[in-house]
Amino acid sequence: MNITLRVWRQANASAEGRMVTYQVRDVSPDMSFLEMLDLLNEDLTVKGEEPVAFDHDCREGICGMCGVVINGTAHGRGDSPVPTTTCQLHMRSFEDGATIDVEPWRAGPFPVIKDLAVDRSAFDRIIQAGGFISANTGAAPDAHAAPVGKLKADRAFDAATCIGCGACVAACPNSSAMLFTAAKITHLAMLPQGQPERFLRVKSMLAQHDEEGFGGCTNIGECAEVCPKQIPFDTISQLNRDLISSLFKKDGK
Amino acid sequence: MTTTTEKPAPTKAAKPLPGADFFTVGADIKDTKAPSGPIEQKWSKRKFEAKLVNPANRRKLTVIIVGTGLAGGAAAASLGEAGYNVLNFCYQDSPRRAHSIAAQGGINAAKNYRNDNDSTHRLFYDTVKGGDYRARETNVYRLAEVSANIIDQCVAQGVPFAREYGGLLDNRSFGGVQVQRTFYARGQTGQQLLIGAYQALERQVAAGTVKMHTRHEMLELIVADGRARGIVTRDMVTGQIQSWFADAVVLATGGYGNVFFLSTNAMGCNVTADWRAHRKGAYFGNPCYTQIHPTCIPVHGETQSKLTLMSESLRNDGRIWVPKRAEDCDKDPRQIAEADRDYYLERIYPAFGNLVPRDIASRQAKNMCDEGRGVGPAVKEIGEDGQERQVRRGVYLDFADAISRLGKDGVAARYGNLFDMYAQITGEDPYETPMRIYPAVHYTMGGLWVDYDLSSNVPGLYVTGEANFSDHGANRLGASALMQGLADGYFVLPNTINDYLAGAPFDKLDDTHPAAVEALASVKDRIDKLLAVNGTRTVDSFHKELGHIMWEYCGMERTEAGLIKAIGLIRKLREEFWRDVKVTGVNEDFNQTLERAGRVVDFMELGELMCVDALHRRESCGGHFRAESQTEDGEALRHDDEFLYVAAWEYTGTAQAPVLHKEPLEYNFIELKQRSYK
Repeated sequence: MNITLRVWRQANASAEGRMVTYQVRDVSPDMSFLEMLDLLNEDLTVKGEEPVAFDHDCREGICGMCGVVINGTAHGRGDSPVPTTTCQLHMRSFEDGATIDVEPWRAGPFPVIKDLAVDRSAFDRIIQAGGFISANTGAAPDAHAAPVGKLKADRAFDAATCIGCGACVAACPNSSAMLFTAAKITHLAMLPQGQPERFLRVKSMLAQHDEEGFGGCTNIGECAEVCPKQIPFDTISQLNRDLISSLFKKDGK
Repeated sequence: MTTTTEKPAPTKAAKPLPGADFFTVGADIKDTKAPSGPIEQKWSKRKFEAKLVNPANRRKLTVIIVGTGLAGGAAAASLGEAGYNVLNFCYQDSPRRAHSIAAQGGINAAKNYRNDNDSTHRLFYDTVKGGDYRARETNVYRLAEVSANIIDQCVAQGVPFAREYGGLLDNRSFGGVQVQRTFYARGQTGQQLLIGAYQALERQVAAGTVKMHTRHEMLELIVADGRARGIVTRDMVTGQIQSWFADAVVLATGGYGNVFFLSTNAMGCNVTADWRAHRKGAYFGNPCYTQIHPTCIPVHGETQSKLTLMSESLRNDGRIWVPKRAEDCDKDPRQIAEADRDYYLERIYPAFGNLVPRDIASRQAKNMCDEGRGVGPAVKEIGEDGQERQVRRGVYLDFADAISRLGKDGVAARYGNLFDMYAQITGEDPYETPMRIYPAVHYTMGGLWVDYDLSSNVPGLYVTGEANFSDHGANRLGASALMQGLADGYFVLPNTINDYLAGAPFDKLDDTHPAAVEALASVKDRIDKLLAVNGTRTVDSFHKELGHIMWEYCGMERTEAGLIKAIGLIRKLREEFWRDVKVTGVNEDFNQTLERAGRVVDFMELGELMCVDALHRRESCGGHFRAESQTEDGEALRHDDEFLYVAAWEYTGTAQAPVLHKEPLEYNFIELKQRSYK
């Protein structure tokens, strides 16, 4: 396969970026999208040009480090038959001779570092605000001390599969990180261990979400469409319910 | 060097070790930290005897932790909770990305929730046996002992383990053991455990006890006045080279499987932190012990960047075969008649069939492909004769029998997520055509040598998780990597590092100390050198070539001649690298080519040491088949009389003969046995 790529090139956070066109030849349909970018970068390096910077690590769809907008959708969801991360998108999803646009996540709270790599440290700060259970090492009771009903355990698990890639933010017209935040709220709210801090958590995390500059949720649902882990959209309803409940409770209750 | 004994090398080693031209033999070493007495009481005794640090004094002490996976993240959170100042570093953009996240199967713990006769002693026994009697008994017993605490801790943090309808935790059996002791979270156990540790870590970041530095790569260790006192990092966004000082340094930087270029590791996994410490005096234990996993998705071509593992639970219901005749290899497998198929594992090992251990399943797959009976796309290789050849590297894993027995829905219920993953990567439907699998490098049992306290031989340098050599011997049992990472991070290190820190605080250091001056200068020099070569070959082309050499000569099957050849090839490659590599851009930038170049330099040096270690160990053991050491019917043959020791290597200079220090292994609580699966 031969592919025409139009890639966002931006030298650093303060530089102006632009789309640059490259030809990539001898692409195998079995290559992953990132292996196709590797091929481009090998070619650029041999020519003495700067390779395209992009974040990636595990290349098996679980670490959440990769993520670019492909032909206008996060992780190339529009080209993929199934929900996917960028690293698990394969070139067989494209036609020979296709022109493919590749851009970074675009959101105010995710400033571009270089080319396709962005700074997602805002997500870590949302977790710091309360996305945890305060249980110091060594203080745990026996694991069977608190049974968890299967339905709640499964709902907690579905929410806990979030990989923090940021596709939800990139897809949202409001640049909202509500699906990310709601996934953690729902995961911990379903478990008995998460109850003591439940209502303080939702207030703190949401305050940090807004502080970072992420927009509000207007129930558009693009986030859940592109989510590689299919975090349920109704986790946001769970967040809203917990937030309303929290208004009637003193902190720590 | 507190743990090196004074006595000279043992004189009984009259028989020279293989490859003796490539190394020298130094004094034996031993662990001096495990207390005497019954094995059940050693850990309690050690915890009681270890010195303590008063809570009010802890905030005056600083600990550097490199890595944020299970071993690093758990240690950083726990030491933060204890009140120490922790400086934590990772190369990713967030601590949540560490490659522990990719572990699928589960985590062992001796809870005996199944009432099936499990116990601390049984987990200890299974782990030592699984490691083919090359692990240290005392460490492994402790691992089994604290395993139950790990599950309690994770549940308290909100880790959503699989549960039954009664609300209690589910277990499954894993890795060929006869009890159900593996806790799991669907196929994402590593992810859920890591997110638990990550959340505990971020809680400490918020509390101010842990300072997190993401996108920072450790490029040098600072050893001042005989103690590990700091590191030098490069800020991967700005290129700033900076020193950091502390009272102790912990390396939790994972394994080095990427020395083979293709492995199941993440692209960024590297040996640089371990290797820089090794160059500063830390011994490297058993570097040639790598684990090859039999059920990975095969290589599709030369542009392949990494390999993906599928859970080996697939072997419970899948049947492995290749065509009997090489000319059938490019046929549609569904058109190959039953009589023309060779179910080779069932043929050679009738008792265990497709469930033989990982190393045997892997080696036989290689043998079939070497015979020309592999399937799938042919891939270019350089043979032992130096000639290019095209070889099919794949064998079938067929579920047709299972589908007729259980129905498609029954198979989907057991393996649906794995089938989906396979279909997404290969574009083939495994319900219709047999899967293709091939072995891949998965885990490295070797690593920096540590004692019972997880201290290296450099005072103040601790090593945890996959980065150390300690608990898995020559092969790792399934579902025990997660257990070791969290045991080290949550329960072992926080209880042993006090003993060292009780002697702190040490003199305050800054960039004017000669050790810091030297470390900073060596990092800058190396980067300048890499950028100055301006040759014609890309970094990845060197890395791939190194990988081919390692996989061919230091992979599943090794020979003396092959290993000697590999050492020569690696030296030649290193020389060519420094003459002809092309590293684009500048240091003061987000420069991913420069990052990779530095890692490949260290991989090339490590690769040579791995070959030397493999060369000297003339026995087949654990995951390694040494062609010169086999039984009459071609099975692995261990030599306890000659090689019952840990090989701890001391660095003496690039391309200089390293010094071998042996730590003899003593089995006082478990009887040594030769494995047999026929």
